[in-house]
Amino acid sequence: MEENLTIERSNIPLKKDDFISDQMVKWCPGCGAHAILAAIENVFPKIGYRKENFLMVSGIGCSSRFPYYVNTYGFHGIHGRAHAIASGAKVANPRLSVWIATGDGDSMAIGGNHFIHIIRRNVDVNIMLFNNQIYGLTKGQYSPTTPMGTVTKTSPYGTIEHPFNPGELVIGSQGTFFARVPDNNIKLMSEAMMDAAKHDGTSVIEILQNCVIFADKTHDQITSRDLRDDHQIVLKHGEPMLFGTDKKKGIRLNGTRLEVVTLGENRITLDDILVHDQYEKDPGIHLMLCKMSLPEYPVAIGTIRSASFPTYDDLMTESIEYAKANSKIRCVDDLLNSGDVFEIK
Amino acid sequence: MEVKTKTVENDEVVIKFVGDSGDGMQLIGTLLSETAAQVGNDIATFPDFPAEIRAPQNTVAGVSGFQVRFGSNKINTPGDFCDFLIAMNPASLKANLKWCKLGATIILNIDSFDEKSFAKAGYTKNPLDDNSLSKYNIIPVQMNKMSKDAVGHLNLDNKSIDKSKNIFALGMVYYLFSLPIEHTINFFEKKFKKKPEIVELNKTLLKEGFNYADTIEAVNAKIYVPPSKVEKAKYRNITGNVATAWGFLAAAERSGRPLFLGSYPITPATEILMELSKYKNLGAKVLQAEDEIAGICAAIGASFTGSLALTTTSGPGLSLKSEAIGLAVMTELPLVIVDVQRAGPSTGLPTKSEQSDLYQALWGRNGECPVIVISASSPSNCFYYAYMAAKYSLEHMTPVILLTEGYIGFGSQLFKIPRVADLPSINPPIAKPNDPNYKPYNRDERLVRQWAIPGTDGLRHRIGGLEKESGIGNVSIDPQNHELMVKYRAEKVEKVADFIPEQEVEGNAEGDLLVVSWGSTYGAVNAAVVEMQNAGKKVSHAHIHYIMPLPKNIHQLFSKFKKIVVCELNAGQLVNYFRMKEPDFKYEQHNKVQGLPFNTNELTEKFNKILAN
Repeated sequence: MEENLTIERSNIPLKKDDFISDQMVKWCPGCGAHAILAAIENVFPKIGYRKENFLMVSGIGCSSRFPYYVNTYGFHGIHGRAHAIASGAKVANPRLSVWIATGDGDSMAIGGNHFIHIIRRNVDVNIMLFNNQIYGLTKGQYSPTTPMGTVTKTSPYGTIEHPFNPGELVIGSQGTFFARVPDNNIKLMSEAMMDAAKHDGTSVIEILQNCVIFADKTHDQITSRDLRDDHQIVLKHGEPMLFGTDKKKGIRLNGTRLEVVTLGENRITLDDILVHDQYEKDPGIHLMLCKMSLPEYPVAIGTIRSASFPTYDDLMTESIEYAKANSKIRCVDDLLNSGDVFEIK
Repeated sequence: MEVKTKTVENDEVVIKFVGDSGDGMQLIGTLLSETAAQVGNDIATFPDFPAEIRAPQNTVAGVSGFQVRFGSNKINTPGDFCDFLIAMNPASLKANLKWCKLGATIILNIDSFDEKSFAKAGYTKNPLDDNSLSKYNIIPVQMNKMSKDAVGHLNLDNKSIDKSKNIFALGMVYYLFSLPIEHTINFFEKKFKKKPEIVELNKTLLKEGFNYADTIEAVNAKIYVPPSKVEKAKYRNITGNVATAWGFLAAAERSGRPLFLGSYPITPATEILMELSKYKNLGAKVLQAEDEIAGICAAIGASFTGSLALTTTSGPGLSLKSEAIGLAVMTELPLVIVDVQRAGPSTGLPTKSEQSDLYQALWGRNGECPVIVISASSPSNCFYYAYMAAKYSLEHMTPVILLTEGYIGFGSQLFKIPRVADLPSINPPIAKPNDPNYKPYNRDERLVRQWAIPGTDGLRHRIGGLEKESGIGNVSIDPQNHELMVKYRAEKVEKVADFIPEQEVEGNAEGDLLVVSWGSTYGAVNAAVVEMQNAGKKVSHAHIHYIMPLPKNIHQLFSKFKKIVVCELNAGQLVNYFRMKEPDFKYEQHNKVQGLPFNTNELTEKFNKILAN
């Protein structure tokens, strides 16, 4: 985990105000997106890059209004294509810290192809995936993450589609970074954003976001105050995977499966509990953690995976530098006059 | 060995190699054209190959061809019909006999002439026996056997020898057209540096073919095509797709903007993607995207962050890119979209040329969505038009669609090597750091907004696909503002007419008939016009390169002719565009939608008919 050295740092300390835009925020009152915006305003000054070196890119949807609300360079794209636009922006200009605001419709449906390929290439960008399990801006149709059986405007009899688990998709696409955070825990969200900023490669932060209008309380089983201690497990690198109000429950590896156990029962001790290693390159355990779901397991929260692999933009830069250093053709005139050139006299 | 002493001089010749895909026709065609160019002939070539990589052997579907025309005069097209056909199997003969001039010389590899191959080619019996070839000068050659005999001493496997019989055929052609073999030998020595036995195999077969041709009784004289009288300069042979790629490299260097290409492989445009991928040494960044949409969107991202951004495709890919072109129009960012057109709709005839994407280029998007549309017309001028497309895009902050065609992209031609410093300068309107007056949608007198590149101090701003408030650049749903912005975007493109060259006319500036054409048809149309002029007819030719906007003198130019005919390889797209843009004139049209180029005869016939009416 190295700090990105390509991006120029600010020589003065930045404040939250440096990133607040003059545009009116038009999300619904109570929308989870407000919390995400607050977290970004906290995190961007702390990252320390010059404010001109941040670029916020989005697709289409409620989430994708985000660039207008942050005072950075911003690009509001078209539906599903934020990842492709951001790939070009970052590869062409590696001196930028590129952030993507996208939703479950934008990234899992119409932009699914770009989502898996930006991850596969490991372009050094940070993706904030606002997962509210519904199409908000078009007013309430089911999305690829809507739980099966949910009644929505386009599934009056309940959906008959198997939903995506974004974490599973990230790891299936050879993802190097995945974090999952609830929208009502700004502290954890900010930590995950900072982890993402430090990670070289495509970072995906899935934010379990509430849509008060069309899918209210969709994540309540995970995020509500009275259930969260038992239904969430907050992963911290280097710490045992414990959860529950009194931290008596934990996760152990039993054969090829994860298992929920209770300390003190059946001779289970702290030594039996898995210790979280977010930097492990092998994605096996990370995948199992992503897939943990209620009611058998708690849902894993925090930075699940942050593995170091070469980034596309670094490899591009290196191969260009190598080619420049090793080619006799240094300008277009050289090229035009290379090879089979002849003079007609 | 008897030596042919007689040599006949010809102004030009059209030679076509045909065989199974995999017989190496493209290679020997390229080698012949390079040798002809080296000795100073003007050249034009066209590869003619099937969509399948290796269709079933010895079938008509699997025939691959390469046509070379070289001469002492200016050569504008690869030629309609060939003087010489070299056919490696019955299927290739069957598919190409209709492209031979009456009396053409046809060299046949009769080692491939057996019952099985006849059946596969759709012949009921041996075409050599049924009089169907009586009007041609047929030279049967046992190419497999002679190749094997010639290199028996090299101890190579039969497969390698069999694969190299094309080189024997090439050697024959070099002899028959008085061309030197040295250039091709150099090629082998370079290409197979690490495989001396393969160099020896090819050298031997080339020489054997050369020597063997001397003994053929059916040919009583060698042909000599004297060097051309083209301008004294440095030249190279170049295909349209390579020239397109190089034009962009030159534009990137001259503008100081780094080159970024986002693209997805598609016939017949892939060669531009492959070519630009080679030039990391010149700083070119190429992202082979997951699909056509990602290709253009990555280019738009790169454009926003300061690159000369490109995407390359063919018709079906252009369809997929439509929405993103609209985004580039809305965000008023520079972007060049290359469409190497092929026959459509849908997958159509992927390897065949057509000019049927013009409507799509002009109008194929939602909303009022104008872009500059420019068309190249020959393999070598793809360099220039790619360069100019980049220039206008960067200087006017607007997407440009550059139309070429499969016929141009794959075809090759002599290319006079320019100096980058001699090309027009390119000055993108880049905003200055901390400019207190910067607003994303402020416009200059050309209605062009400034390019504020992320990373620049004091210019943070947001743009996107939503309508923006004029000047300020914030999202706006104000009805009057929307109409104003629609008008600005259209006028900005129209104003480019102040910067493009006036339309030229070849022939007199007034007359009875003006022939209008565009794209790859220049050579055939011009040849037909010259033929008419030589016959004393008052016919002139205007070949259009700048389509949107049109050159400012178009109206005046058209008004000097009694009749106008627009010739194009589609059902009538440019002609209808003119009916809309220049409604004061009556237009005749000549169209062909067969995936084939025009031939001169059909054009002169049409022109004569129009003049007679």
